[in-house]
Amino acid sequence: MPDTITLQVARYRPDIEREPTLQDYVVPLRKEWAVLDGLNYIKDQLDGTLSFRWSCRMGICGSCGMSVNGDPKLTCATFLDDYAPGPVRVEPLANFPIVRDLVVEINDFMLKLRRVKPWLMRDQHKPLDEGEYLQTPEELDDYKKYSLCINCMLCYSACPIYGLEPEFLGPAAIALAQRYNLDSRDEGAHQRLDVLSTDEGVWACTYVGECTVACPKGVDPAGAIQRYKLIAAKESMLDLLWPRGAR
Amino acid sequence: MSSVDDLAPLYRRPVSVFWWARRRSYLLFVLRELSSVAVAWTVVYLLLMANAVFSGAAAYQRFLDWSGRPWLILINVVALLFLLLHAVTWFNLAPQAIVVRLKGRRVPPRLRGRLVPPRLVAAAHFSAWLVASALVAWILLGVG
Repeated sequence: MPDTITLQVARYRPDIEREPTLQDYVVPLRKEWAVLDGLNYIKDQLDGTLSFRWSCRMGICGSCGMSVNGDPKLTCATFLDDYAPGPVRVEPLANFPIVRDLVVEINDFMLKLRRVKPWLMRDQHKPLDEGEYLQTPEELDDYKKYSLCINCMLCYSACPIYGLEPEFLGPAAIALAQRYNLDSRDEGAHQRLDVLSTDEGVWACTYVGECTVACPKGVDPAGAIQRYKLIAAKESMLDLLWPRGAR
Repeated sequence: MSSVDDLAPLYRRPVSVFWWARRRSYLLFVLRELSSVAVAWTVVYLLLMANAVFSGAAAYQRFLDWSGRPWLILINVVALLFLLLHAVTWFNLAPQAIVVRLKGRRVPPRLRGRLVPPRLVAAAHFSAWLVASALVAWILLGVG
């Protein structure tokens, strides 16, 4: 095993350049080093001006998503050794505007998350003295995998539809909506329908499936979207035949 | 919400015209989207055939002669391949959309609450397709 590897890191410094360029850095190649360790080595030892986001280093915070050799990855869970002898190209997540170097602008995603009302909604809350809302293991199982999303945005980066049509609500937001729609304690599905069953919602998805491939937590947003399409189609038909107001 | 737009210019990467060539799944997706043209063509072709059938034997013979031309055979072979792609990817999608949990008194207790395996959902769709195709073939060949 060689003891170094070259990282080709995308740089974009809006104060001195008009578009991103690649800069080579040679970092130690250690078996236990992830791409993020390589970037931190650059930041600490070679070039303190390099900007990137990271936090937990253990695949929980969802901050360190970047494009590694063209694939959206959590850089803390992507090992340099797997790319030896290199070089490894590290770029900001595709489909997002670049703020600086490897840092992307995520406001669009944050606003979309809020639009699907990702919280438990009840028509009427039961009195506190009646205790908690109980749930069977099967009921938990219905939504559990959608609850594992860490908002890393790799799915948005993998989705060509989001790249072409930025108004698309996107994989994670829809999976998160399903996380609550399928929760037995939630009664807000009809409120989310107006956001989800639209041209920018589930109907923009044409099932490329790359969001599910890219997801580091096994959330399967593509599955969540296809599943919701059936519900949305059923609701539209029902609305046509028997409008909601009359029910 | 204040935007970082206020602080420094964001760089928006242009989407390459050849984005669909970057990954096999992207290419497959574009081909599947294109397959709708083949579906539309097949509908038109079937309507033309129905029209010829109802216009009498001479018209039907003209339709058959026209259908036998090499370029039309080529178009129909390509259309068939696209239709197969369309159908197979559609049925493969079915288990993603249809998630069935076994419920009810008639379900044996040990299976109650379990999910129907996705493969079974896909298999049911492919079987239904096979039965429908066999039925159509039996009607056509039986009548012919």
